[in-house]
Amino acid sequence: MKVLEEILQECELLAFDLNFSRAKQWKSEDPKRIIVGYLPIYVPREIIHAANGISVGIMGSGDRKQIIKGDAYYQSYICHLPRGIIEMALDNNLDGFDGFLFPAICDCVRNLSGMFKLSKKGKFQRYFDYPQNFDPNIGGTFYKQEIGKVIDDMFAINGIKITSEAINHSIGLYNKNRFLIEKIYEIRQAAPWKLTAVETYYILRAGQVIPVEEHNEILEQVVSHLQNERGEPMDNIRIVVSGSFCEQPPIGLIKSIELAGCYIVEDDFMLGSRWIQGDINATTDNPLEALADAYINQSTFSSAYYDVGNPKGKRLVKLSKERDADGIIFCAASFCDPALLDRPEMQKECDLAGIPHINFQFHENTGQFKVIKEQAGTFSDSIKLWA
Amino acid sequence: MSKEQHEAIKENSMLIQKEMLAKQFKELSTATELGKKVVYTFVPGNLTELILSFDMLPVYPEINALQSGMRKKSADYIRDAEKIGYSEDVCTYVKCDIGMMLNGNIGPTGEKLPPPDLLLLSYTGCFTFLKWFENLERLYPGVPVAMLHTPYQEDGKISQDQVDYMVKQMNEEVIPKMEMVSGKKFDLERLSKMLVNSAKAEDLLVKVLESAKHVPSPIDAYFAGVYYIGPIFTAFRGTEEAVEYYTELWKEVQERMRLGLGPITPEGELKEEKFRLVVEGPPNWTNFREFWKIFYDMGAVIVASSYTKVGGVYDQGFRHDPNAPLESLAKYCMGVYTNLNLPQRVDLLEKYVEEYKADGFLINSIKSCNSFSAGQLMIMREIEQRSGVPVGFIESDLVDPRYFSYANIKNRLESYFQMLGQRKIIMKQVEAEI
Repeated sequence: MKVLEEILQECELLAFDLNFSRAKQWKSEDPKRIIVGYLPIYVPREIIHAANGISVGIMGSGDRKQIIKGDAYYQSYICHLPRGIIEMALDNNLDGFDGFLFPAICDCVRNLSGMFKLSKKGKFQRYFDYPQNFDPNIGGTFYKQEIGKVIDDMFAINGIKITSEAINHSIGLYNKNRFLIEKIYEIRQAAPWKLTAVETYYILRAGQVIPVEEHNEILEQVVSHLQNERGEPMDNIRIVVSGSFCEQPPIGLIKSIELAGCYIVEDDFMLGSRWIQGDINATTDNPLEALADAYINQSTFSSAYYDVGNPKGKRLVKLSKERDADGIIFCAASFCDPALLDRPEMQKECDLAGIPHINFQFHENTGQFKVIKEQAGTFSDSIKLWA
Repeated sequence: MSKEQHEAIKENSMLIQKEMLAKQFKELSTATELGKKVVYTFVPGNLTELILSFDMLPVYPEINALQSGMRKKSADYIRDAEKIGYSEDVCTYVKCDIGMMLNGNIGPTGEKLPPPDLLLLSYTGCFTFLKWFENLERLYPGVPVAMLHTPYQEDGKISQDQVDYMVKQMNEEVIPKMEMVSGKKFDLERLSKMLVNSAKAEDLLVKVLESAKHVPSPIDAYFAGVYYIGPIFTAFRGTEEAVEYYTELWKEVQERMRLGLGPITPEGELKEEKFRLVVEGPPNWTNFREFWKIFYDMGAVIVASSYTKVGGVYDQGFRHDPNAPLESLAKYCMGVYTNLNLPQRVDLLEKYVEEYKADGFLINSIKSCNSFSAGQLMIMREIEQRSGVPVGFIESDLVDPRYFSYANIKNRLESYFQMLGQRKIIMKQVEAEI
């Protein structure tokens, strides 16, 4: 077993490899293998795995790539994520990808799917629509039809007809993946000093760009290492970070929050990996039905999904209490309509529940963190002194 | 120009529309005392005929917001919404609407709008609609919400599966809630009869919009176009009144064509059509007159626009079908402009440039509206490459006056028109040499 520091270093490199080398290497080993890129937040990766594919999360270029061409495609009042992705597409970072999925989370991502269509990037470019009706007979049927379209897209490339057995096997692997990720969050719940939020981020983000089998091995090793003592407890507050489910905050920002005296015990950074809560049935004759049921009944919450009947504000408060958090930091990307339009109502719920909160906005390539650190530091101090 | 002269150029159709709107808002202001149920819903992909078939009254928050913008009230409303936590970055229609609520929900005619009895979230072509009604649901606790999810035209076409999905939602989610709120049973026959009127009005609207293919164009299909689409995109589709309005409008437009007249502007008739443009994107509402004036002062006429298709792309053949009412409503919702994928939008705009003999293609990019704005710079390049006409790009906002910079927009447009003028001269010279 590798030592934890070595694993973390590898994960950091994988997480920010904007050439997606490991996925491309994996594909090169078998002509029937395919790479399907997807944007935040969630796609049922199981079906891609079952079709001899690797699903690669395209989480943006962050602060690791200078944006020149991408800015010529977007007005200043549109978030940063799509311009970084266009830059990567134009710089050939995404060459070798066979297809792209654009989940239905906002108008920017939706229209980006059209831009990829017009540019003819990959062999398919699909806007992956989600049902906003949660009746299994209505929304569930629609969802299965949407999955079916992706299956057809992949079949047209590699001719692999996916079987129920193959999907069940893939579901099993992703069940394990989610279980191990949650295990890490549980360990951090009890002892957040054992693994920093930045380290956790590296581990989860690496899982977006490598085969799930390899990621499961990494997670198992990390869980094993975390059974031992690591680090020292500090006089930090415990916080939940909410609103960064799509465009990712730069590592410097996450570090700044931690250095300001906050243990991030819950976040929505890599939400897609944790979207389905609990296991999906992996022993069924109808695995598409199982995936649809899981989406309808076991999804977590996010600003990008309709919530009348099960409001996000209340779910955030519940989550915060479960994590025994002292406060919530609303940390949304600038110009992110879903997160920013939710914020007032979510803050209201926090106020009603007596949970302190602050908020700030970022771009994925924000470079100055002094103000954020001061704000988070003051938040931490105020809770420690007066809460 | 004096007030009398302004009055003098009002055509009969304008007066009819004014009366229709006054009556509509009067009815809304007395809805509570008369026991009428009120449904808040959105313009793109609306189910107006279905609402009216239950004798309920529709209210369109976007219309209220744009009216607030035109009446110079939106700045205060937006500020009030920002005071309670709404970010400067987000859609100003939403903030204007919420600000209007915070200030007593006084509608465009100065009368109080009734609260909703039903929030019909027709989620079509704009993700923000979803967020908007989640917010309204919390601001009107206890009011039922009916969600109608319209699938996007991802594959550039409408599939039977998608139609079935929408019809199922109508049958099992929307109609039962309408029955519950209105206390009336769904009447399919009544709905069908309304759709006959819808199709008649749609035929007439298409004739009006396509009159702009005539040179000179008898209409401005953007600035005046937003008035032409008013009744059919909102509370009147499916009614006799709408058919009467469009009959009158079409009569007037035909007469203008017969006489070889140009469009009517707020300062009278345009005497000389110098430039014909296709415009993509919504207009700015806070400075609507000033904005329009920049165009007509330069002799620029908008001959086709995408904005006048947000409530239906009728000119591409769609008509509501009384023989298949719910299927037809489903197809209508899925067919609106903002529910088209980007390649479809580019194809449509390219077709407009060609069919309407446009000299140029202009984008008014709206800060608030990602449904339109995200991808517009790529649309612009595609149109330039495919059609060869000069393209222009300006930026403003829907109802936030802080983002309307008159001098900047005027400067850009004047340069653009100079370029179009020079190009015309050169093209004439080339034609003469050939």
